[in-house]
Amino acid sequence: MSKSPPDPRFSAPHVIEYSYRRSLGAVLGRFFTELRGRQLVGIRRPGGQVLVPPCEYDPDTGESLDEIVPVGPGGVVTTWAWVTRPTKRHPLDHPFAWALIRLDGADTGMLHAVDAGSESAMSTGMRVKPRWRSETVGEILDLACFEIEGAA
Amino acid sequence: MSEIEPVTSIVTPTRLEYEFTAAGAHAEFLTRVAQGVLVGKRCPGCRKVYVPARGNCPRCGIATAESVEVADRGTITTFCIVRVPSGNIDLKLPYCAANILLDGSDMPVAALLQECEAEDVRIGMRVEAVWKPKKEWGPTFENIRYFRPTAEPDVAVEALGDWA
Repeated sequence: MSKSPPDPRFSAPHVIEYSYRRSLGAVLGRFFTELRGRQLVGIRRPGGQVLVPPCEYDPDTGESLDEIVPVGPGGVVTTWAWVTRPTKRHPLDHPFAWALIRLDGADTGMLHAVDAGSESAMSTGMRVKPRWRSETVGEILDLACFEIEGAA
Repeated sequence: MSEIEPVTSIVTPTRLEYEFTAAGAHAEFLTRVAQGVLVGKRCPGCRKVYVPARGNCPRCGIATAESVEVADRGTITTFCIVRVPSGNIDLKLPYCAANILLDGSDMPVAALLQECEAEDVRIGMRVEAVWKPKKEWGPTFENIRYFRPTAEPDVAVEALGDWA
């Protein structure tokens, strides 16, 4: 039975979906509010390190953090993976890179898409800058993607 | 900042989209349900019958072999009264989603219960399938529109064994 070709009547699209609205709290609320205003912010730890995106508690000590600091807008790609065939749910409809981007003034990488045009244009250490969506609403894709700094 | 309306929440989409192709025991189930027959598979180890038919026994981890026809009637083992509307479900609220142990099967199927008030549903209640008109049948469990109560006496909870 398993050797015979599958009966097309027995194929069907399946979708598992669970969308929910998440409350943000003071720190991420501020991050998304600033993002809507086309500003990137992080949060400073007691030792001076800046985390982006900001988190509410120090990842080592659990201490509450509250010192929001502006970062970026440009940054450096610290690692990346090229997406040859984007799916409908990806932020770009053509090949792009998922990358960790260490924004200027930050000490951690933030995951986002880089619209580099081709894989050969990607390199670790390259400079990128944000491309903002024309209308911002307070969600991560207000920052449509990053693009190569210096590109038109 | 003070005059700006802050962002207080985001929508977090979680979505998995894929194409499922039935083969083996699943294909057999779909072929037979298109003929109005519910078929399960019996585990050669523990002898339990799984409906819809599946190719292996989740308890014993061995392949099932024997196909077994089961009834389109059975007993409610557990149920849920749904009072919250959902965009993709077009039913009058409240309605009842029930797990039904079909006669001859050892694993309940999840199905819709209708023709019954929410407050009248009970574990042990006997129910039967209401099928779509035969000309609308296809290889899908949706050939059964819903289950409805029969006039039979309830099954004792203790008699439901593992399922009560």
